[in-house]
Amino acid sequence: MTKSSQSVKPQRTPLYNKHLDANGKMVDFAGWEMPINYGSQVQEHKQVRTDAGMFDVSHMVVLDLNGDKTKAFLRYLLANDVAKLKENGKALYSGMLNHDGGVIDDLIVYFIAEDFYRVVVNAATREKDLKWISQHADTYEVTIKERSDLSMIAVQGPNSREKVHSFLHAETEQKLSNLDVFFGLEIDDYFYARTGYTGEDGYEIMIPNEKVSEYWDKLISSGVKPIGLGARDTLRLEAGMNLYGTDMDESVSPLAAAMAWTIAWEPDDRDFIGRKALEIEKEKGPQFKLVGLILEDKGVLRGHQKVITEHGEGEITSGSFSPTLGQSIALARIPAAAKDKCHVEIRGKHLAAKIVKPQFVRNGKSVI
Amino acid sequence: MSNENPNDLKYTKTHEWVRDNGDSTVTVGITEHAQELLGDVVYVELPEVEASLSAEENCGVIESVKAASDMYAPLDGEVTEVNEELDSEPELINTAPFGEGWIFTMKLTSEDALTELMDADEYEAFCQE
Repeated sequence: MTKSSQSVKPQRTPLYNKHLDANGKMVDFAGWEMPINYGSQVQEHKQVRTDAGMFDVSHMVVLDLNGDKTKAFLRYLLANDVAKLKENGKALYSGMLNHDGGVIDDLIVYFIAEDFYRVVVNAATREKDLKWISQHADTYEVTIKERSDLSMIAVQGPNSREKVHSFLHAETEQKLSNLDVFFGLEIDDYFYARTGYTGEDGYEIMIPNEKVSEYWDKLISSGVKPIGLGARDTLRLEAGMNLYGTDMDESVSPLAAAMAWTIAWEPDDRDFIGRKALEIEKEKGPQFKLVGLILEDKGVLRGHQKVITEHGEGEITSGSFSPTLGQSIALARIPAAAKDKCHVEIRGKHLAAKIVKPQFVRNGKSVI
Repeated sequence: MSNENPNDLKYTKTHEWVRDNGDSTVTVGITEHAQELLGDVVYVELPEVEASLSAEENCGVIESVKAASDMYAPLDGEVTEVNEELDSEPELINTAPFGEGWIFTMKLTSEDALTELMDADEYEAFCQE
């Protein structure tokens, strides 16, 4: 999962020293020096599933889009439709596609005001995303402001909200208690979003860089444990959430990436980038689909292993061991007609696996 | 860094440890340093009992949450026993790499070959390189 970009010196988030204090094992991730774990990845995983953990996700890219035509612009830029967002703060997950219908990136957009949307994109795709967005924003007179002044901590797990609330002012706590799932709220210099990448309840909190270390310490004091990128990957895999660059990229359509639900076909006169290509693909019927696999034999599923079905071959896009299920699980792209059973080739052996919907764990429990 | 590697063991460059059982058999496992690098072990593909191995031959796989890592035979010989406990408790490799986390035993073709391996100090120096 770690991808080193070129040989440039990796960047550090404002929490870098906090990671060292917590014995974080630092690795290069998309040009950032980030903690892969602070000891045991499995323990960190379980901490999030059963209590509360926090991730430094300050490397992610926050973009503020402003202008009267921002809504019209995003309705053209994204496959999902921001017109669905009627209430202030509501969030939407979407793919940003190229003209061939391939996924340039997946992102979350928050509706803050009619002329103000906040978008969070992946760190590894920052340059190309900025280029693509700017290129299309011109005609809509939308201004794009990168919020590199903000850090971000994701606090996730069944007890995470309670622990965050424990050190906040009563007034802030009250506001957050009323915050619904998949909504964001700006409170003073902070932005709290009830979103995440683990399948657990919690917040993604944007915090001014100069205040983030203090905030991290408060979280530590209230019993929230630091969690590394390793556990972030197994948590999102159990939750069946795609990792950009691994489970999908520009050569893959959302229809073949279990992202069909993020394409807003209605209203049918909305023109968005990639629509024509997707319509053709939909008409023909997509050839591949992204599914979940559970290994029935012993071993561990990994990315790029070959999947053999009655309808042809496919490939695992991401795989690991699921600490919650105690079995190996994976996401795999396989022929659309395949179902129920398949085999995975691991070191020359064909091991039996079950084909399931790409979601394994929600709110601490197996959904298999 | 203090030397955490027991003095009575021999070591390979691929981070296996070898205990001389004094009856021309040896017990093999992976070192503390190796388990630390691997992280949480979740599955071990053990060699087959009676398999005939050559030194440095790939003889199994240790899978951690992070990645799969090959295991190598330290010397020429034949596998006499494997640690079946690892099937249900692969984490023993993390918690007791030099003890209950042993992986297999083998009968050596030549006991003299043991001298070709590193001792604890040499291995420690090797890890620091």
